[in-house]
Amino acid sequence: MPPAPLVSLRGVEKRFANGTLALAGVDLDIAPGEFLSLLGPSGCGKSTLLRLITGLAEPSAGRIAWAPGHEERRRAIGFVFQDPTLMPWATALDNVRLPLRLAGVPRAEGEARAAAALARVGLAGFERAFPRELSGGMRMRVSIARALVTRPSLLLMDEPFAALDELTRHRLNDDLLALWAESGITVVFVTHSVFESVYLSTRILVMAPRPGRVVAELRQDGVPAPREAEYRTSAAYAALCREASHALAAATGMAP
Amino acid sequence: MNRGEALLRWAAPGLLGLGVLALWEGLVRAWAVPDYVLPGPVAIARALVADWPLLSASLLVTLEVAALALVAAVSLGGLLAVLFAQSRWVERALFPYAVVLQVTPVVAIAPLILIWVNSVTVALLICAWIVAFFPILSNTVLGLNSADRNLADLFRLYGATRWQALWLLRLPSALPYFLAGLRVAGGLALIGAVAAEFVAGVGGSGSGLAFRILEASFQLRIPRMFAALALISACGIAIFALLGLVQHLLLRRWHESALRAER
Repeated sequence: MPPAPLVSLRGVEKRFANGTLALAGVDLDIAPGEFLSLLGPSGCGKSTLLRLITGLAEPSAGRIAWAPGHEERRRAIGFVFQDPTLMPWATALDNVRLPLRLAGVPRAEGEARAAAALARVGLAGFERAFPRELSGGMRMRVSIARALVTRPSLLLMDEPFAALDELTRHRLNDDLLALWAESGITVVFVTHSVFESVYLSTRILVMAPRPGRVVAELRQDGVPAPREAEYRTSAAYAALCREASHALAAATGMAP
Repeated sequence: MNRGEALLRWAAPGLLGLGVLALWEGLVRAWAVPDYVLPGPVAIARALVADWPLLSASLLVTLEVAALALVAAVSLGGLLAVLFAQSRWVERALFPYAVVLQVTPVVAIAPLILIWVNSVTVALLICAWIVAFFPILSNTVLGLNSADRNLADLFRLYGATRWQALWLLRLPSALPYFLAGLRVAGGLALIGAVAAEFVAGVGGSGSGLAFRILEASFQLRIPRMFAALALISACGIAIFALLGLVQHLLLRRWHESALRAER
């Protein structure tokens, strides 16, 4: 029997105030410990789905239920935006400490935990740097450290590496997989890149636009993380990429 | 930027100023223009030295009013901005009245204020404050409403209180806007103080620079008029530069405006 889902969505629908139906009839179970990618063209409601899970937006129909013990979302969720979304006036350490500060964690403890989180993403020694002084990839690492500092059970990522160059993206993909493997955290990763979703995920949900909905599911269990160096050139990887590309093309073609 | 370039940056306006002064003095002498029509820079400098005790006392009076008005503009303008930022409705209800205060010429309301308020100093202060507070208010409101939307979402996600969001997100976001407003307000406070003094026209020992200018014009002491004028300008420049320094010191680590482009 599969483990009880961490979060489950049933018949979730989101209609915006202007009448646009962004999501329709989404049923989704997020299993603890999985790396789930939401793959789809722009406008398919991927980001809206993430916002619904965070509770920043409310579904207009359907329900979202959390596993017992994880109901308090602000402790349970880490969120990474497409942009690093750092406070430019604060150092890397203060940026990472922010969620703890908002939760009332004492300064000394907060700084120690923030420094540890920075070290985990490979930024030890950059505690006093301001975001301006860091590269795009490093800023994204600070953003990931901030999302992890509360030790959440669920990490939500909204196209986090879309604006980075390919080399940086590959390195961050590998580091993210390593973090996921060692911490056992559950990740929901939004992307429009077939290759990125296949490289990272244990499960891919392909979404189609107008209205946003889930149209296909692909699984990839048992590929060890971190990936071996040759994984990107392996036949299994290529086959899954082909499958995901077809599903994505079909999803895009289905749009009227 | 190398040292030569830095030197030139300061030297260029300085040399231009000296050249203009020399030309002015030369023309005044060549045409033998009398002092009561247009004094040369030398005559003005002589008046500045001779009348220094009188002028410096008046300068202090004017500067005191301008400085107090600026402090009041910063505190009341800032507080009002925070109030406006709490709700769109408060802003919509009150902002038009702030605009009315701003667009009404201070020389037109100064006589009224002088009638209503017993103390001349307080009346001058109110006039200068009316002129100076608006840039602080409007800039700070804009800044408070310019906080990054994703960051605001992040604060909500982590359950930030209204106070935490104000203190940790909206006020720091507003700082560059506030400082730009402050720089404008500094000059305006001085202008407001001088304009109100002209209307008040108060004489005696405790009178400001504007009254010295009026007095000198009645007595046809034109060099003293120019000397007082030069003092007002110098103060305006000094206030602008000082607030610019404050701006630079507060923003140099993180804000685009304070960073020098690398080439």
